[in-house]
Amino acid sequence: MQRRFFVGSAAALAFAGRALAAVPQKLKPGMTVPDFARPGLDGKPVELARYKGKVILVDFWASWCAPCVIAIPHFRAWQTQWGGRGFQVIGISMDDSSDDARAAAVRLKVNYPVVMGDARLGERFGGILGLPVEMLVGRDGRILQIWQGDTPPATIEKAVRAALA
Amino acid sequence: MLAAPLLAGTVRAAETDVIPAAALIQPAELAAEMNGTPPTILQVGFSKLYEQAHIPGAVYAGPGRSEDGLTSLKTHVEALPRDAPLVIYCGCCPWNRCPNMGAAYTALKAMGFTKLKALYIADNFGQDWVDKGYPVVRGQ
Repeated sequence: MQRRFFVGSAAALAFAGRALAAVPQKLKPGMTVPDFARPGLDGKPVELARYKGKVILVDFWASWCAPCVIAIPHFRAWQTQWGGRGFQVIGISMDDSSDDARAAAVRLKVNYPVVMGDARLGERFGGILGLPVEMLVGRDGRILQIWQGDTPPATIEKAVRAALA
Repeated sequence: MLAAPLLAGTVRAAETDVIPAAALIQPAELAAEMNGTPPTILQVGFSKLYEQAHIPGAVYAGPGRSEDGLTSLKTHVEALPRDAPLVIYCGCCPWNRCPNMGAAYTALKAMGFTKLKALYIADNFGQDWVDKGYPVVRGQ
């Protein structure tokens, strides 16, 4: 059943109480990153809280999303380069099929955990209403930065380097 | 390799280039139409986006990038008169990176729909529709 969670202008006033209660909280830098625990594509459990103390890059992606796929080799390289310094990439695939995500992860030689996302997890992260979305999380578990859309990897890399410094 | 065609897509013409400018409808225009008699609206992107947020009355028609999605799209509209106003939208990715809209538009034009519009979402559905305060519902 459909449930109204956001309406425009005048109607918003009429439905304010109900609508506001259901609006996913939009995440912003400074907020604590939502935790989740899901099986990874390799079957091993992935729990975000277990990585607290590391600099985490959460990457929402899909196998059919060109900017997502173009960025992954960069994330893979950073994982190799900086994993020993407390850097961790976590992928969340918004593919419909885990087979598609798994096949893409193999082809792209992904070297970090990937879990399957869904609408519920998307809403916990403030709504993943377009791809890609990357969130950089500091060692204290707080979000440092959020990028949506076609972000140059160099922009993300600069922020990762700063977080690791 | 998966990456090859996708990477190739960064240098060749965007798949949305098949959609003429005259067939585009801007978010503000469609939002205004929602106050009257809205057209039939079809989401041709990914289901997890639709479940989180979609335009009221919009039907999830399947992703335009796949044969299964196009088959589903055709099934959804085959009973409609060919002069019925239709709007397709996606918002999965930046417009020139969208793998769904071009194929969906081409399929519906081939079916003979004469009042077909494509919602121009420049960056993504969140930024260009939801964040603008246009009406949204969620659910399957």
